[in-house]
Amino acid sequence: MESIVLPGEQVPAQHVNLKLGPGLLQLSSETQQQAKSAPVIATRSGVLNHSVNKSKWWVEGNSRRYVPAPQESVIGVITGRSGEGWRVDIGSAHPASLDGLAFEGATKRNKPSLKVGSLLYARVSLAHKDMEPELECFDAQTHKADGFGELKDGFVLQCSLQMSRLLLDPKHFLLPLLGSRFALEAAVGMNGKVWVSSKETKHTIAIARCIEAVDPDGGGMDETHVKKFLSKLDI
Amino acid sequence: MRPPSPSIPEKKFLYDALKQSLRLDGRDMLDLRTPTFTFGPELGWVECAMGKTRVIAQLDAKMVKPLPERPFEGIITIHSEISPMASPDYEPGRPSEEEVTLTRMLDKVLRRSDAIDKESLCILAGQRVWQLRLTVHVLADAGNILDCSCLAGIVAFKHFRKPDVEVIGDEVTVVRIEMILLPKLTFFEQHSPSERAPISLAIHHTPFCVTFAFFPDVLTRPVVDPSLLEQRLSAGLVSIAMNAQREICVLHKAGGVPTAPEEVLRLINIASILVKDLDKRVEARLLEDWEGRKVEVR
Repeated sequence: MESIVLPGEQVPAQHVNLKLGPGLLQLSSETQQQAKSAPVIATRSGVLNHSVNKSKWWVEGNSRRYVPAPQESVIGVITGRSGEGWRVDIGSAHPASLDGLAFEGATKRNKPSLKVGSLLYARVSLAHKDMEPELECFDAQTHKADGFGELKDGFVLQCSLQMSRLLLDPKHFLLPLLGSRFALEAAVGMNGKVWVSSKETKHTIAIARCIEAVDPDGGGMDETHVKKFLSKLDI
Repeated sequence: MRPPSPSIPEKKFLYDALKQSLRLDGRDMLDLRTPTFTFGPELGWVECAMGKTRVIAQLDAKMVKPLPERPFEGIITIHSEISPMASPDYEPGRPSEEEVTLTRMLDKVLRRSDAIDKESLCILAGQRVWQLRLTVHVLADAGNILDCSCLAGIVAFKHFRKPDVEVIGDEVTVVRIEMILLPKLTFFEQHSPSERAPISLAIHHTPFCVTFAFFPDVLTRPVVDPSLLEQRLSAGLVSIAMNAQREICVLHKAGGVPTAPEEVLRLINIASILVKDLDKRVEARLLEDWEGRKVEVR
């Protein structure tokens, strides 16, 4: 059963151990007892989904504007220095801040050398409603880079937020299909930015064009068409 | 908020790709994105799309008193606006640099090129003339909004029909002003003989604008119809407005890289081929649309 919700609409989400995903908000109430039955409303438009036992609820939609949420991996561009860290543009309403020490092996003396315009793969560590989002380029527990850090070479392209979620889905056909044709590296940010890199320029261009063609916001091409499209490209 | 300039990897990749004569959207260096036109129910309403760049142009006419110094000429005004809807780069309020350039170029290409015969817009000398008002809205900016806007504007002029008027003594009668245009509709039988179909504007020639982007690397050839990233990373733009008869209306190069005269001549030759193609496409599309509608007179 699929139901479409609009912002402000009440959602029949109730569970002892309720977990709300993106696009949902539980209205605050004063007492503890009321809190359990406080109504849940949608904050975005999209398709309402829930897990099998109805404990997890979320709204799945497509948009182009990114609203940061903690633990999401994003791709950003450094726009300037601020004190000990950097300001990073991740496509949200406000620039994010990245501490100079939030890297693997970074100390006060030994900070990574990043320039204005450098591309970063980072994780949102803090995303409060009324504050600037904060990023980190390492796992706070293990202090390992975990794949995050500066992205060198390659190319970054913009896609819709739904497309970036599709690319992160291990069952989605596109990246395995492209990977079977040529060696490629990719980093998918939840903010609708995808970094791709391969040995040859024309391969990178082909990847970028395929992602754009599959994007539900653009072409919405399916697997068979992408295969045809790829065979037509001179690669 | 001004967006940050493209990141270092983007810059490097684009320049590298262009050195190998590859463009990010798979086009050749001298390929235009194919423009598509969507016409509205009204005559003079057109949406022009080049790739993801989309522009709406709308033309309307009203009767006004002519300017005292030009009693025999109609008035053409062009309004253009780039709202934040086109791209978050643009802010409402104070016109941005791009907006000023766009407005000026539209004025030069469409109005000052004398493409539209202004004297034929005169109804009664010194008393009544038609004022044509072209409104250009940029819906989405994916690079080269200038060419797309000029194209939408000129197509709107060609698509428009003005109501016929009759002058008896000092009285001006609009023979019919209500234009109901429906696709595939037969003529109404019972129209009085004094009512006539609206007439198209007198257009001398159709200028089209073609923009080339130059890059800082001298060995990289200029590209035509730059995408947003190409436009941002370009060192300079050259816009050439010309008609299918190879007459140059505007050549615009504001700053940027130094360019040899031979290079400019080469670009003009390329532009003339592209413009001929555009002209054919526009004419075919206008004809197709006109065949699809019948003017109902009532």
